[in-house]
Amino acid sequence: MRGAPPLPTPRGELSEALVAALGGRGVTRCLEPDSAADEALSLWILYELHHRGFEGVDDALEWDPALLVCRAHLEHDLEARWRRRARAVVTPAQQRCEAGEELAPVFFDLCETDTGGGSIASFLQREADLDQALAVLRQRSIYHVREQDPSMWTLPRLDDETKAHLVAIAADEYGNGDPTRLHARMWRRGVEACGLDGGYAAYVDQALPEVLEQVNLMSMLGLHRRLVPAALGHLAAFEVTSAVPSRRVARGLERVGAPEEMVDYYREHMVADAVHEQLAVRRMLGSLVAHDPDTLPDVLWGGAVCLLAEQATATAVLAHVGAEQESAVA
Amino acid sequence: MSSRTGRATDEREVMLCADGPILLPGPVTVEDEDGVKHHSERPVVAVCRCGATGSAPWCDGSHKLVRRDAGPRAVPRPRRSGSERPLEDY
Ligand SMILES: [Fe+2]
Ligand SMILES: [Fe+2]
Repeated sequence: MRGAPPLPTPRGELSEALVAALGGRGVTRCLEPDSAADEALSLWILYELHHRGFEGVDDALEWDPALLVCRAHLEHDLEARWRRRARAVVTPAQQRCEAGEELAPVFFDLCETDTGGGSIASFLQREADLDQALAVLRQRSIYHVREQDPSMWTLPRLDDETKAHLVAIAADEYGNGDPTRLHARMWRRGVEACGLDGGYAAYVDQALPEVLEQVNLMSMLGLHRRLVPAALGHLAAFEVTSAVPSRRVARGLERVGAPEEMVDYYREHMVADAVHEQLAVRRMLGSLVAHDPDTLPDVLWGGAVCLLAEQATATAVLAHVGAEQESAVA
Repeated sequence: MSSRTGRATDEREVMLCADGPILLPGPVTVEDEDGVKHHSERPVVAVCRCGATGSAPWCDGSHKLVRRDAGPRAVPRPRRSGSERPLEDY
């Protein structure tokens, strides 16, 4: 595809084999990943075939059976791991709903679960210097160049009402018909004003495994029709946990003297996401669960995955940029 | 949302969110307590009801910090009772 990113640098045996196969240098071999980084990058590569593909790679490989087998294998492990990890957050919320409580307050409370680690937004607000802030932005770019894209895969699979509510949120994310207001475009303007590379997947070679896993989870939830409720739960939790942190980030970026374009990106989100969180929880999730009450457990699971994956990313990114907490990490 | 069916086509719907803002269809102009007009082009806007927002008159999610400070289950009142700034060092 035109404008697709180049294949990333492999980080282990499996990603090496995948990069070779995609580059036409060998057949697909579904090896065991030899590290968390190898595993996360391999799955990121396989998912990227469904997003924009890679420069010089045959677009038909998106549906190559051998690659799909490999993807299914990695996804199976990823889903099982995050089902286990999220149980302690999901169970109490589910019990409240089963006891007759409304979804909205339960979901908002779930999004305030103390996940027990540092916050990137608070670090940027109070402590980071400009270099550390830029290091954070490089890691964040893996997500922000796509933003809501993976959740758009759910659209044809939704009932009419839920679909209309998702589109109302998405219209705003995608600029309400004005490409210059598209959030991913505003991101690009911001990072380029900071002197960083605004290109799609520009920093994938530097991305921490936790950062890759965070976006892999979104691709997994979005691609599988079976996981539609979790994809929407994830999207809603992302909106719920965005407005207040965006304000903290905006303050921090102002403090270190980051360019206005970059601060604007976060200013836009502190107001936009205060609207989106209400629309997402009350209307979108409300209509999804009303339409099919069996979706409730996965709605909550998707929300929990969003929170816990952000916590994993935050812990890794804060250590990576040398934030104070690093000394506490063994 | 029960009034969805059968409403006049030019009728607008507003939504009072429990523990949160009021949602209004946009584009809209909101005149604040001081008579200052704030315009938004968004398809939906959220107007702050708890008084804690840093982006008045728009909601910025700060009601959650008010609620947390006031203890679990406390409901933020439409008017601010004191001069607390929930988002520390804002
Ligand atoms: Fe956005
Ligand atoms: Fe948003």
